[in-house]
Amino acid sequence: MLFYLITRRQAFHVKSPNPDESLSVIDTRDVIVGLRGRSGGERRKECVGEENWVDSRTIYIGHKEPPPGTEAFIQQRFPDNRIVSSKYTFWNFIPKNMFEQFRRVANFYFLIIFLVQLIIDTPTSPITSGLPLFFVITVTAIKQVGDVVFVKENETFPCDLILLSTSRDEGVCYVTTASLDGESSHKTYFAVQDTKAYNTEQEVDSIHATIECEQPQPDLYKFVGRINIYMDNEPVARPLGSENLLLRGATLKNTEYIYAVAIYTGMETKMALNYQSKTQKRSAVEKSMNAYLVVYLFILISKAFVNTVLKYVWQADPNRDEPWYNDRTESERQRHIVIRAFTDFLAFMVLFNYIIPVSMYVTVEMQKFLGSYFIMWDDEMFDEELGERAVVNTSDLNEELGQVEYVFTDKTGTLTENNMEFIECCVDGHVYVPHVILNGQEHEELFFRALCLCHTVQVKEEETVDGIKQGIHQGKSTSFYISSSPDEVALVEGMKRLGFTYLRLKDSHMEILNREDEIERFELLEVLTFDSVRRRMSVIVRSSSGQLYLFCKGADSSIFPRVISGKVEQVKARVEHNAVEGLRTLCVAYRLLSPEQYQEVCHLLSGAKLALQDRDKRLAEAYDIIEKDLILLGAYRCGGQVGGGTRLQEKAADTIESLHKAGMKVWVLTGDKMETAAATCYASKLFHRNTQILELTTKRTEEQSLHDVLFDLSRTVLRQHGGMTRDTFSGLSGDCTDYGLIIDGATLSAVMRPPQEDSNSGNYKEIFLEICRNCSAVLCCRMAPLQKAQIVKLIKASKEHPITLAIGDGANDVSMILEAHVGVGIMGKEGRQAVRNSDYAIPKFKHLKKMLLVHGHYYYIRISELVQYFFYKNVCFIFPQFLYQFFCGFSQQPLYDTAYLTLYNISFTSLPILLYSLIEQHINMDILKKDPSLYRDIAKNSLLRWPIFIYWTILGVYDAIVMFFGAYFLFDNTTFTSNGQMFGNWTFGTLVFTVLVFTVTFKLALDTHYWTWINHFVIWGSLIFFVVFSLLWGGIIWPFLNYQRMYYVFMQMLSSGPAWLSIILLITAGLLPDVLKKVIWRALWPTTTERIQNADKLYKGHLSEFTPLASLQSKAGSQRRGSGGQRNVPNPRRSEPFSKKTMFTRWQRTPDYCTFTPLLRFADGARNSRQGYAHGGQTSV
Amino acid sequence: MMASSYNAKDEDGHITVTGPGGGTLRSKKPENTAFKQQRLPAWQPILTAGTVLPAFFIIGLIFIPIGIGLYVTSNNIKEFEVDYTGVDMSSPCFNCSQNFSWNSTTPCTCTIPFFLEQPYESNVFMYYGLSNFYQNHRRYVKSRDDSQLNGDMTSLKEPSKECEPYAYHDNKPIAPCGAIANSMFNDTLELFYNDPNGTKVQIPLTNIGIAWWTDKHVKFKNPGAGEANQNLTAVFQGTTKPLNWRRPVYELDAAANNNGFINEDFIVWMRTAALPTFRKLYRIIKSPSNGMMPTMPRGNYTLEVVYNYPVRSFEGRKRMILSTISWMGGKNPFLGIAYITVGSVCFFLGVVLLIIHHKCGNRNNSADISN
Repeated sequence: MLFYLITRRQAFHVKSPNPDESLSVIDTRDVIVGLRGRSGGERRKECVGEENWVDSRTIYIGHKEPPPGTEAFIQQRFPDNRIVSSKYTFWNFIPKNMFEQFRRVANFYFLIIFLVQLIIDTPTSPITSGLPLFFVITVTAIKQVGDVVFVKENETFPCDLILLSTSRDEGVCYVTTASLDGESSHKTYFAVQDTKAYNTEQEVDSIHATIECEQPQPDLYKFVGRINIYMDNEPVARPLGSENLLLRGATLKNTEYIYAVAIYTGMETKMALNYQSKTQKRSAVEKSMNAYLVVYLFILISKAFVNTVLKYVWQADPNRDEPWYNDRTESERQRHIVIRAFTDFLAFMVLFNYIIPVSMYVTVEMQKFLGSYFIMWDDEMFDEELGERAVVNTSDLNEELGQVEYVFTDKTGTLTENNMEFIECCVDGHVYVPHVILNGQEHEELFFRALCLCHTVQVKEEETVDGIKQGIHQGKSTSFYISSSPDEVALVEGMKRLGFTYLRLKDSHMEILNREDEIERFELLEVLTFDSVRRRMSVIVRSSSGQLYLFCKGADSSIFPRVISGKVEQVKARVEHNAVEGLRTLCVAYRLLSPEQYQEVCHLLSGAKLALQDRDKRLAEAYDIIEKDLILLGAYRCGGQVGGGTRLQEKAADTIESLHKAGMKVWVLTGDKMETAAATCYASKLFHRNTQILELTTKRTEEQSLHDVLFDLSRTVLRQHGGMTRDTFSGLSGDCTDYGLIIDGATLSAVMRPPQEDSNSGNYKEIFLEICRNCSAVLCCRMAPLQKAQIVKLIKASKEHPITLAIGDGANDVSMILEAHVGVGIMGKEGRQAVRNSDYAIPKFKHLKKMLLVHGHYYYIRISELVQYFFYKNVCFIFPQFLYQFFCGFSQQPLYDTAYLTLYNISFTSLPILLYSLIEQHINMDILKKDPSLYRDIAKNSLLRWPIFIYWTILGVYDAIVMFFGAYFLFDNTTFTSNGQMFGNWTFGTLVFTVLVFTVTFKLALDTHYWTWINHFVIWGSLIFFVVFSLLWGGIIWPFLNYQRMYYVFMQMLSSGPAWLSIILLITAGLLPDVLKKVIWRALWPTTTERIQNADKLYKGHLSEFTPLASLQSKAGSQRRGSGGQRNVPNPRRSEPFSKKTMFTRWQRTPDYCTFTPLLRFADGARNSRQGYAHGGQTSV
Repeated sequence: MMASSYNAKDEDGHITVTGPGGGTLRSKKPENTAFKQQRLPAWQPILTAGTVLPAFFIIGLIFIPIGIGLYVTSNNIKEFEVDYTGVDMSSPCFNCSQNFSWNSTTPCTCTIPFFLEQPYESNVFMYYGLSNFYQNHRRYVKSRDDSQLNGDMTSLKEPSKECEPYAYHDNKPIAPCGAIANSMFNDTLELFYNDPNGTKVQIPLTNIGIAWWTDKHVKFKNPGAGEANQNLTAVFQGTTKPLNWRRPVYELDAAANNNGFINEDFIVWMRTAALPTFRKLYRIIKSPSNGMMPTMPRGNYTLEVVYNYPVRSFEGRKRMILSTISWMGGKNPFLGIAYITVGSVCFFLGVVLLIIHHKCGNRNNSADISN
């Protein structure tokens, strides 16, 4: 990890980008060449491509003067090479933290409060609110860099580098980017061809070249630049791509050393840019939290305002304002009334500011961070095969997992296995499977060579590498085929079994061992890489006989239009046959190139490759021109399983079924053909036998106009809709028809097109959404990656603003993963891009079930209680203080001691709720898994809706009133002690505070359904801590305090009998209504969750022979629950008919049984066999 | 109270499978502990009507007797109150209250006769009560220097800023400083029993034991306490008395153990009251040692007030209260009533829950199970 930087000639003639920084020289044996970076934005005319280069930079290697003919350069400052991976540094902590925090409504407020406390004379000390504002500060090491860098094996690259030369002859080096994207496989990087020979220090120094490249941008896999190498003052331009760019953070492997030029440093490196560019996702809970916050802010301001006004009304009488016993100081008297009033207002704000809990944010952050470990720790979400466990990239969204309404899933690799195996090929309509004797037709030979050559598979020798690995030779497990696509590995493997073995790429020659055990060599001239838009790739090779071939393989849809001859019909028939079986079929074609044509191709490609602007676009254009006039050779297919259809991932169908039952809509978005995708959808139970399929495909829109098709479909769907409403209400409907929609990419883009000038097109989007809403499952096939994101965006933006989840494994899913509220990556075989960009990553699709139904559910329950409880306990805390102002002349006298004010949220009441929010389980996780419909109970942010929020607030106000007025009447003009002595205001406050701490803690205890020893420890522990602290705090005269107001106050209070009695009374009175509400609601309008809880308990009671309870409950008559229906119940979740209605509108296909059946099933299961139940819990481990 | 079921889910005997590449596999495999798998054994109580209603009955059954006990006790406490503010023309203290001036040298005295209808047994506690006096005003509450009161010499000479504007007078530090000390209650109250035979017997009043023991012995200390032969007058040299005081702090009482900062009247006053209407313990009338006679027999009494303390400017009231005390303190019917109320409510709710439980409580379960 050390970078040795030494200038060659003079003593450290080093100019670091930042002149203030000194360089540390460690070892003179390791040499680096002179360092200086310069760049300019000048326009150069002699080079290829006449783009506008505003957005590029130029680097002069070895800080040599630019050769004559170039204009004066403008020095560009590079950022120093310091990467701060922590959120804050010592210096930017205050401003940056503020900026970060101010984005939240709350934090601006916290700062104001803090400042107010510092400035004006306030009832509480600034420490009280300043204390929670400390965060850990870290600064990472400061690293230095020059421009030519020498890196040895196993070192990490200090910045983004262009590889000049390596210790290996071929000019390649191997790099692992495990720390960047988690891919531990070795990747090959290439040195610039013209400089790869310069591999000593002197030679590197003699390189005379400039590098032009784009300004830094965050995409790790994209880099565009070119190097101009001056040979005898004649510049030679060479393209630079991501294969030449070594990224900061990656580690050099298997290569002794390299020389490279720094191009992006410090915060401009791609790694650093990636940290910043990830947009933060905010959860629905956080949104509710902020909404509540605004409400409380409003309450707070009105409280302060009301108090200020009342204060001045009350003070109108000078004898109240300044009675003889309580004079102001002279300076206070002279203050202007407006300033005084304003100061009073601020002081009230400070006094009541705890109603908006700073600590809630800290606790929520901790809950999210710590809570996310349970996902990572989950044994059931560990995959033995891959050796991977679930990964949490963003803990901010844990609770969002419990709120998902739409699941967008990729097909290949997500729903289906991506264990590719070469199954068969079809040449000119003849089908071959591995290990058959071939009959040596001309096309056949060419076909197999094409397959052997047209790929980007690398042969890896030695070392075990993670990822895709296949032994080339039996028994010789040291060589592997490596590719970013499992298809290609399967293909090459399959070829081997057909007798053609791809050996290696050596000196730009691909070597093939043919059936006669002869080595054939083909010179690899160009690779037209695969991309998901083109959906094909090509290579241009020169055979040993000098013949130039272009081999192209790709999806049928991208090949057929470019084919001019060959047995298209036969191949097409085969392809379609395969598609029905759900297999991926690729077509192979070729084209012979004449030397002239090849020259033209070269010219086209190099022109495009050297472009700095729009290189991708230009390349695509060039490819488009080159890949034409093909001759079809045949097709081959790879699949998950020999013989049958595509193998679904383990439990994929079960998972989808569960998600459906949980009320989620599952959409499959795939690039595959419709038939293939539809087959998978049936297999994975996305579509059922009785699902009515609605098609919105090109085939249909060709016959009818899109307009008509859409209206047709919507009419179909809505008719059913109407019928279902009645049925649902009568409760008679059995299984009503549900709809599945199939749409393809082309039609989708037609639908998405903004309304055209002609009026009748109307807004298709709305109609489309309407149809989708009424379909239980949607299949989108033939989707481009960007279209996937578009779909997600469309749903996100629809008027219900549903929470979306996107899951996928490949690079083509990244866009939708980033777009969806929650992005889940599958640790598949197509690289780590999906995982890296996701919020959560799981090894297999089946793990989604537990993640949503169990973890998501728990997190949501936990955090909603956390949020509500926090507001509640602070209302309880502050409202008495508000009431006290009416009895102390609105003088901002705090009711509680400073220590209590500070510690209430930090230590007396913080741990129980934090622990609750980490380990609460209102229902056993096995039941949650068994009964997905429970997920509906928390849908649509149901626990953070306004009625519930208002309930908690009212409860808080009630408790506050009980506590304050209880104490008030008890204290009213009487003595509490048997020795006649009187208590003062601090005892009064302490009594209220004691009741408060006990009440809010007991309230939480009543809400806890899952009492582990930790809960016992923390709940009772924090109460004991409060008592012990109070005893200590009042126990001695604290020398560092300038007041001793609490001295013996707590003890005196405890020594009084009536104080004990009133504490008990007030706690009881405070808790009474909540208990009552809980019990009555549970008895009269139980939620599904509550019924399951009852059933669970009952069933356990039977088993443990704990019969009294059971018999008590089974005695009840089977009264109809009519009573519930007639009452006007505030909570919509509970009232039976209402809930049916809401469920209906939210979950269009919710059949009536959804609230009952699962329970029945559960109860049945419970009654019938305990073993079955227990077994179910265990087998899923 | 709550129905409970102990859910002891032990870790299911999980066999760690070592697949290929066991090294990385094992390191990534999550540990199968009960905590990490969220399967800690737990007690899972559920609040249902059936489980809660016994609790309601029990609370009711406990609270109602306690409440009755408290109420009876409170009713047995005797309390007598005299308002001697002198608002009415008819009041004996009217003149004193009218002619009040801080500078007057001659004390104004008034005599209020009253009649006790019941004899007061055992110790009788004498309070003074003030109304509309905001001892809990923020500016007032903090206007003190606890280090000065604790005998700190530095604070004696340099009182805390909190004491402003009662910290210095004539460039001399005020001891004790602050608004609280400055406004110390300084009426003198004396009680006389008018014997049926005409003689006026003064009732002995004790001023020891009216302040918290810890306040008197720990929190409040005279400066230089502990030194041999301390002379309070000398110790307070260089300080000045609070503006409204007639005597300096070292002349509050003749007795050495009740003088200076540890004067109990002073300590009592320094404990600021919670509410604007408050009472403070003034004197204790000890029961006679023979125990046969009531401490204060039924009859006519006279309260003699040296009227020093002005309250009419802020519409305050002054009262003298005589009260006996039980184990639960002074007269306070509220606690008893509150207990009876909460107890009855609980009992009533218990009945309601019983009905609910019987009518609907089992419906769900039984229906579900029978299906």
